[in-house]
Amino acid sequence: MLKIQDLWVDVQGKEVLKGINLEIGRGETHCLFGKNGSGKTTLLMTLMGFEGYKVKHGNIIFKGKDITNMSVNERAEMGIGLSFQRPPTLRGVKLRDLLTICAKDADRAVSLALSYGFEDFLDREVNLGFSGGEIKKSELLQLLAQDPDFTLLDEPESGVDVENLNVIGEMIKKLLQKDIHRNRTKSGLIITHTGFILNYVTADRGHVMLDGKIMCQGNPLEIFEGIQKYGYQECIKCQF
Amino acid sequence: MSVLENNKNGSADEELLKRFRPASEAETVRDVSKLGEEDLVKLRQTGVVLDAGDRLGTFLQTNCGVTKCECQVHGVEMLPITEALKKYDGLSEYWWKLVSPGKDAFTRETERDLDNGYFIRALPGQKVVYPLQTCLYIRSDNVAQRVHNVIIAEEGSELHVITGCATRPHLTSGLHIGVSEFFVKKGAKLVFTMIHNWGEEIYVRPRTGIRVEEDGIFVSNYVSLKGVKSIQTFPTATLTGARALVRFNSVIVAPEGAHIDSGARVIHEGPESKSEIISRTISYGGTVIARGHLVGKAPDIKAHLECQGLMLSERGVIHAIPELEAHIADVDMSHEAAVGRIAREEIEYLMARGLSEEEATSTIVRGFLNVKIDGLPRELEEELQAAVDECHKGM
Ligand SMILES: Nc1ncnc2c1ncn2[C@@H]1O[C@H](COP(=O)(O)OP(=O)(O)OP(=O)(O)O)[C@@H](O)[C@H]1O
Ligand SMILES: [Mg+2]
Repeated sequence: MLKIQDLWVDVQGKEVLKGINLEIGRGETHCLFGKNGSGKTTLLMTLMGFEGYKVKHGNIIFKGKDITNMSVNERAEMGIGLSFQRPPTLRGVKLRDLLTICAKDADRAVSLALSYGFEDFLDREVNLGFSGGEIKKSELLQLLAQDPDFTLLDEPESGVDVENLNVIGEMIKKLLQKDIHRNRTKSGLIITHTGFILNYVTADRGHVMLDGKIMCQGNPLEIFEGIQKYGYQECIKCQF
Repeated sequence: MSVLENNKNGSADEELLKRFRPASEAETVRDVSKLGEEDLVKLRQTGVVLDAGDRLGTFLQTNCGVTKCECQVHGVEMLPITEALKKYDGLSEYWWKLVSPGKDAFTRETERDLDNGYFIRALPGQKVVYPLQTCLYIRSDNVAQRVHNVIIAEEGSELHVITGCATRPHLTSGLHIGVSEFFVKKGAKLVFTMIHNWGEEIYVRPRTGIRVEEDGIFVSNYVSLKGVKSIQTFPTATLTGARALVRFNSVIVAPEGAHIDSGARVIHEGPESKSEIISRTISYGGTVIARGHLVGKAPDIKAHLECQGLMLSERGVIHAIPELEAHIADVDMSHEAAVGRIAREEIEYLMARGLSEEEATSTIVRGFLNVKIDGLPRELEEELQAAVDECHKGM
């Protein structure tokens, strides 16, 4: 479904990604670990196609098509969705309007908000005064409304309390069709530091990013355990 | 005093005045039925509804003549100002008390030769939440319309007035001078909403003074979205009483060719009085000056000023001039101003949700122009938003 080939990316003139190779198949969920500042968010932003992320070399192939130079909304139309680590505030734009844009249907937008207990936020301005956890929930709600084939989640559980972790977990399960056991079509790439999300969503594969490169790949739970025990030092040595 | 004193341009103002003929030389329209379809459409777009029963009170002046003056609300008086002057012996307590006739060429002109205007007064204790409407309409070419309005909210009363100011489409030129004096007495509330919908060749010179007494509330909402040659407006509110409150909200769009010098001043003389001046301006190539001047002269006051400007063209100018002036230590005064283009990040956020760049931009602009105003009746808020959306469609 997604194939990244030797991807080099500059942000603000700084080389951040240094030759990323990654392949994620249809129906698969992968996890991305890595130190602060290693380039995880940069990878997701590049996959979505934002202007500030300059691809210097390499390709992104999605559903068999080279999307490296495609606009953000074309990628969204093709089925890529992103939950932002730090989304901007949209003054005067109500969450209701944004969800309607995502769902292309006002009724479905409202019923989604209702089913996740978010109806009180429908008439709030997008992200204005939202708490950390509320932002995460609102991002996932937008994605559920959008229903992408490929979901990019940037630390979806950071700052979320124990109770809401459940809700967030359920939302991600839904997004990635974890309720279906055969013929899953939805894929995902999840950035996580805490690994909490692995308690809710089984991932097929894990990757560790260090200084703009993917250093280690394997079973996500094993990788996460390794990081917890030994820190990232082991991954540097690993070089799979 | 503030950087702005409108009469600095004295001789240019005199020159401008000379270019127009008095409204009294133009035809008057004595009845709504005599207005054409074109007029009615324009008035509707300005928030003025003339269908029977929609508003409980209407004052409509066309050029210099009164086209309609009807008010069915108990406890509210609505008169052409010329009649009110006769009835109340020259309105000596109010007439030229908040605006000085010698202020500039335009006030002098209005004092010299008045075309009319409206008088509205809510009797003590009367609370009228349904809005009354007034409209000053220029229908003929090359006219200077000179009006003088007085609104009085007597003790404990509440009054909502929505004013639409417009010109007939395609006028080659025109000048509107509006002197307004608003009195908000003890514990009263006045919400004044003004929609400007002029033409591309029209000059507009409102001169407004407001006095708010103890526990009084004055809210001004100002919307100007269409083409205009030049607007210069700088209402000054003096909060004379304790705990008086005033809020100025404005939403201003300057298309190519428009020069809009706008803002407000609040003078805090009453202790614990509060004020807020909030402006949102957009330039599509025109010039907007967004002023705000807060003057603190009494203890425990709170005053805040906010100017936000969006530049949607490479050619326009947005000039925010926030001023804070404290005369004593015990005040809480602040301002925020931000001018720039739409953040790329915001556009891309919406694009990631499937909108094209143009759709994303217009969603953000629409949000920026969102008229969310405290203390406005819901219907009026919806109506105002509809007007904003309508105007914005044409941009
Ligand atoms: N707009 C920017 N301007 C300058 N530097 C940037 C910008 N965006 C990213 N960087 C730099 O690129 C590097 C990678 O940042 P990125 O946000 O991708 O890290 P990350 O792995 O997501 O980190 P975290 O775990 O803290 O979220 C960092 O050194 C960061 O400072
Ligand atoms: Mg990050």
